[in-house]
Amino acid sequence: MATKKFLYVNRKPPHGSIYALESLEVVLIGAAFEQDVTLAFIDDGVYQLLQKQDSSAIATKNFAPTFRALGDYDVNKIYVERESLEMRGLGKDDLMPLTWEDEDDDWAEKDSIHIVSSAELAEIIEQQDVLLNF
Amino acid sequence: MKFSILINEGPYTHQASDSAYHFTEAALRAGHEIVRVFFYHDGVYNGTRLSVPPQDDRNVSERWSALGQEHSLELILCVAAAQRRGMLDEDEARRAGKDSNNIAPGFEISGLGQLVDAGIQADRLIVFGD
Amino acid sequence: MSVLHIVNKSPFDRNSLDSCLRLARPGSAILLIEDGIYAVRDNSAAADRMRQALENHPVYALQPDLQARGVGEENMLDGITLVDYDGFVKLTTEYDKLQSWL
Repeated sequence: MATKKFLYVNRKPPHGSIYALESLEVVLIGAAFEQDVTLAFIDDGVYQLLQKQDSSAIATKNFAPTFRALGDYDVNKIYVERESLEMRGLGKDDLMPLTWEDEDDDWAEKDSIHIVSSAELAEIIEQQDVLLNF
Repeated sequence: MKFSILINEGPYTHQASDSAYHFTEAALRAGHEIVRVFFYHDGVYNGTRLSVPPQDDRNVSERWSALGQEHSLELILCVAAAQRRGMLDEDEARRAGKDSNNIAPGFEISGLGQLVDAGIQADRLIVFGD
Repeated sequence: MSVLHIVNKSPFDRNSLDSCLRLARPGSAILLIEDGIYAVRDNSAAADRMRQALENHPVYALQPDLQARGVGEENMLDGITLVDYDGFVKLTTEYDKLQSWL
């Protein structure tokens, strides 16, 4: 099967609508297809990665911990747009630490999240084959 | 060229399904192949056979069914999204112990893998949503 | 080949157009559909942003969506090309990546 570069473009915040959760469900299923997967978080999508999310008091599904499992699914290219973070008064420390273990580097633990500028992200978008917009 | 279509919204509330329908029609008219139309999020509601719109309005579900039949289109409703929202075919209804099913002719319920596969098989994947 | 950016939101309601313009590289194209077509008017608060966009991108708008909304061509920004659904499909063959700013 041909390998394509898939970019999941996440621009919506969690909990207020289901897009973020159902996008993550595609990512998890899609991982089994052994495609080249990248995630982008832009605009309110960056809120999906905030630490300390706890939806127990509103009884919606608390899916934030699932992001931590992405590394085990070989999903380790997660790009967050710096401008979107800054507009919202956020920085890297506000985000969950997401890591993966690099098999080719003696299982060294590495960051999955990369904070990139708009220009860098624009280039990443251009390099893809399939864009899935949520 | 091969196209796949992803529809993320239900009928009537948003224009997404209408836009997708007109796009799909135009693509077929131009001789392109539609690999699959995949309905996700509230988009699964497009597959109900129980909607009864007023006489002077379009019937979004029937229109998809008809286009699907005419061109042998794969109209796929995501199973996880569909179950959540009470969209069940006969098998799903039986399995879940429900007393009814509501899927329109030509629509099929299948897994999310069909969406990823649609992206792999097609030259272009286009998303309609809100 | 490059990206066709599809914007379906009014620039007065959501940030889709702004995000699109921030992340669209020069040479990529922009297509306004659905409520996105409200950005075509030459004297609106979005007109300056659109004029700037027109310097770096081919900009298209879906004519059936203008017509449905009573948005006339007489006040449309110079340089925007109107397309019908056949033209929409043609654009998606000419650009190999489709980014919908939902």
